[in-house]
Amino acid sequence: MSFKSLKEIVDSAREQEKPFWRIIMEDDMSERMVSEEQSFGTMKQMYDTMRLADKSYDEKLKSASELVGGDGRRMKDAVEHGKTMSGDFMGEVMGKALKMGESNACMKRIVAAPTAGSCGVMPAVFLTYQEKYHVSDEKMTEAMFVAAGIGTVIAERAFIAGATGGCQAEIGSASAMAAGGLAYLQGGREPEIVHAAAMALKSLLGLVCDPVAGLVEVPCVKRNVIGAVNAITSADMAMAGIVSRIPPDEVIDAMRSIGMALPSSLKETGEGGLAATPTGEEIARRISE
Amino acid sequence: MNLFDIVGPVMVGPSSSHTAGAVRIGYIARLLLNETVKKAEIYLHGSFLATGKGHGTDRALIAGLLGMHPEDERIPNSFQVAKEQGMEFSFAGIELRDAHPNSVLMKLSGTSGRELEVEAASLGGGRIKICKLDGLEANFCGDYPTLIVHNLDQPGHVAEVTSMLAHKSVNIATMQLYRDKRGGDAVMIIECDKEVPAESVKWLEKLEGIRKVTYLSLTEK
Repeated sequence: MSFKSLKEIVDSAREQEKPFWRIIMEDDMSERMVSEEQSFGTMKQMYDTMRLADKSYDEKLKSASELVGGDGRRMKDAVEHGKTMSGDFMGEVMGKALKMGESNACMKRIVAAPTAGSCGVMPAVFLTYQEKYHVSDEKMTEAMFVAAGIGTVIAERAFIAGATGGCQAEIGSASAMAAGGLAYLQGGREPEIVHAAAMALKSLLGLVCDPVAGLVEVPCVKRNVIGAVNAITSADMAMAGIVSRIPPDEVIDAMRSIGMALPSSLKETGEGGLAATPTGEEIARRISE
Repeated sequence: MNLFDIVGPVMVGPSSSHTAGAVRIGYIARLLLNETVKKAEIYLHGSFLATGKGHGTDRALIAGLLGMHPEDERIPNSFQVAKEQGMEFSFAGIELRDAHPNSVLMKLSGTSGRELEVEAASLGGGRIKICKLDGLEANFCGDYPTLIVHNLDQPGHVAEVTSMLAHKSVNIATMQLYRDKRGGDAVMIIECDKEVPAESVKWLEKLEGIRKVTYLSLTEK
């Protein structure tokens, strides 16, 4: 992508009097030399694949370590029985985030967004939003472009891999992407979009990548829940007129410097944090036997 | 970086490096062998060895060798598919010298008896690198049609290969040359902007001083 900052996207949208998502799509068209139909069609296909992945969740599956499986169902049951404090919408989002994370751990087909470990965040909020507000697939695809544009700037300025930047780079980025998309769906313009993304990312800065036994299971699956929920609260704040006091691009740069400062034991090596707890180490020993 | 590297790829989980990248390594290795894999001896190194089983790296590699893509839902059952198609395989650990943590060495033989040894690494995000072929330096990513020529280190072979490409109007994207010692074994790796005609690849194989020609065609067969 030719944009190196969110500010450049915002400025282009204003100068050309085009929506945020269209600026991103047109950049993709010129970058890959494809038509509007092709670019939009590919993005819509990604959304359709997310929906299909959500539908094909199998509550009976267990991951390789047998640590993951069935929680999506448990969450959904709790929502259906009116047992959650955070309400039906949030409960549904949490359930969908767990389901997608579990499907990934159980070798089902998912859409990496931006990574496989964080694949539950975007579909959880977008699919639930569409179910509640009944917006068209076209509008949802536009929100996907908004999210993809934010993710690409994060990847250009910082990183999106746990191995290079910690979990903030995966779940944090996914949450920022989803927050921007939600702000757009709620009628937000450029400022609301980028400030929603900034506030989402800020709240997850410093999150380390400490997977037990090095597998994309514990704590990755459940961190998709906080990424999704955090995207909603951030978009709600942005739509209430609350702004990030640190400009969005500077928040991304802060994530980069934090990621660089993290020791390698907290960057997907499975050597620190939760992976290095007595239980984490015990699990790792059991799996390697 | 393009937009669909960020939203996408569509893949079978759980890991873009240990699963999707591993499928792609197998897939490219199968294309390099240029025939159905009959037997594969697979040696896992580093993180592929340590956490590969939990990530399905073993099943992913076999799936790729069977010609599956990273989004193929048969990946978890690839061992069964291999059995049905009569492909033999084995896994072991290895300590490769100066290799990326996510590396694998594969000794492949095809149905016509063709053999190939591939060392490859998964770099993250599903991107890969073919590091060595038959023990000689390689270093390409499999995104372009790639011509790999092993020859004796003597004057004229680079000119023969590049004149052939010029004659066929194939533009060279990148080119690398390596040798083990003066007058020893040399290798040239040429990434091209379009496919090299099959008969030209065959013609190269017959030239004196050319020991082996491996060609990565990206045309689906």
